[in-house]
Amino acid sequence: MVHAGFPSPAEDFMDVALDLNKELVRNPSSTFFARVKGDSMIDDGVNDGDMLIIDKAAEPVDGCLAVCFVDGEFTLKRYLNKGDYAILMPANKAYKPIRVDADNQFAIWGVVKYLVKKV
Amino acid sequence: MPFVGLCDCNNFFVSCERVFRPDLEHRPVMVLSNNDGCIVARSNEVKALGIKMGTPFYQARDLVRRHNIAVFSSNYQLYGDMSQRVMNILRKAVPGIEVYSIDEAFLNLDEMPLESLQPFALNLSARIRREVGIPVSIGISPTKTLAKIASKLCKQYPALKGGCLMYRTQDVEKVLGRFPVSDVWGIGRRSNAKLQAMGITHALGLYNMPREQVNYLFNLPGLRTWKELHGEPCIGFEDVQSDRQTVCISRSFAKEMTTLEELDAAISTFTSKVAEKLRAHGQCAQQLSVFILTNRFREDAPQNYQIKTTLFDVATDDTLEMSERAALSLRQIFKSGYAYKKAGVMVTRLMPKRGVQSSMLDNIDRTRRASLMEAIDAINKTEGNYTVRLASQGEMDQFSARTMTSRRFTTRWDEIIDVKV
Repeated sequence: MVHAGFPSPAEDFMDVALDLNKELVRNPSSTFFARVKGDSMIDDGVNDGDMLIIDKAAEPVDGCLAVCFVDGEFTLKRYLNKGDYAILMPANKAYKPIRVDADNQFAIWGVVKYLVKKV
Repeated sequence: MPFVGLCDCNNFFVSCERVFRPDLEHRPVMVLSNNDGCIVARSNEVKALGIKMGTPFYQARDLVRRHNIAVFSSNYQLYGDMSQRVMNILRKAVPGIEVYSIDEAFLNLDEMPLESLQPFALNLSARIRREVGIPVSIGISPTKTLAKIASKLCKQYPALKGGCLMYRTQDVEKVLGRFPVSDVWGIGRRSNAKLQAMGITHALGLYNMPREQVNYLFNLPGLRTWKELHGEPCIGFEDVQSDRQTVCISRSFAKEMTTLEELDAAISTFTSKVAEKLRAHGQCAQQLSVFILTNRFREDAPQNYQIKTTLFDVATDDTLEMSERAALSLRQIFKSGYAYKKAGVMVTRLMPKRGVQSSMLDNIDRTRRASLMEAIDAINKTEGNYTVRLASQGEMDQFSARTMTSRRFTTRWDEIIDVKV
């Protein structure tokens, strides 16, 4: 005996459900997640405890939100390329911009693509 | 001429740790085996200090202090995930890959024109470095054996920038003249001893031997290596991929074990892991061995090494059945009065699950058990290892030291990177 029932009228129009992972993680090989600790970027809406979706392979363009490695620590700042040196801009008046040049141990580790926050 | 590539991650475990600790980039770094027994990965700086692979950690403690070497316990969750990232890039870049180990894969480059191979290797190498953060060495040659040698060449010469195409006879001969024959893929300890006794130290010596002599001295496997050195492919793309014939899980304990209860928990855990691996590969085992051994470095303590091997009537991949058997075996070999440093569980005589012969005397409902195992595997996969485990496994931390383990940055939400903002 075969239980057939009525075929769903939507069957021919089935779509794949939205997948946040696919939308936010374009390149899984180069994507890493990180947690924000601190308040130096609050004026840009980056709060303590927020999650960052970082693309390690993205080209850091001037003014991008970059996860940088400076003198032994990861930090998140706006990256301003000044040629011979770079300025890492905080978004909180209580913090001063950081100037980095050849004397610092400095690397851009990745570029922040999305910010995930709990409301 | 069809080509084959080998992509090998440089000092892989060390490189994984460095991705999340860029400050260690030019500092000596080493990674230890499970429970910090011996050194399993070394940065170039550590290699330069003369510290050999597999050295017991305590023997290197002095050098560690003197040279401020950064030491990590192994973090296989992290290495496994980073490995998959590398393999996924390779998979997209070439028509076929064969994953050879956690940090190595052969690349099928059959359809690629000769002139594009060198730039291809350089691009791919740079891309993996940029995207995943792992430096790799890609060797490209007409055979797998030569591709391995070419990739080792990349490591010796940073000027190659992680990509080396090697195929011209004069190039191959020049390289083989400097390449230790013991490092050639397929040359085992015994073949090497024979070669050394004949005064052959470099690969070129083997290469220059007459074919008949190689055949006479080293039989078919040796001849295969010889042909591969001459650019004649003998090892195809599936040959190495054949079903595994054994699964073994063993550990050295942080603290020596003297009681049956302690060993029971360890053996039970290893057995669960072995069974899980079998299921992941769709295999069943006919034979199970349990072994326990004392610390052979402690000359003051009595030594004991015991192994017990038993057969199953019906080949199995069932955690409960295997654990029961393992516990029984352990009781037969355990002796009090010894301090056990290491234990393990090994299964052999493996076969595909589909091919398992059933037995009339079988008193286990295998269909029901199979769905139970499936459920356990699914939960442990999503909720983390050992969420569901046998009561006999006990608490999980008792036999791991794990003092210098980095975080599982890519597989646990509560361990992702912290960014000071």
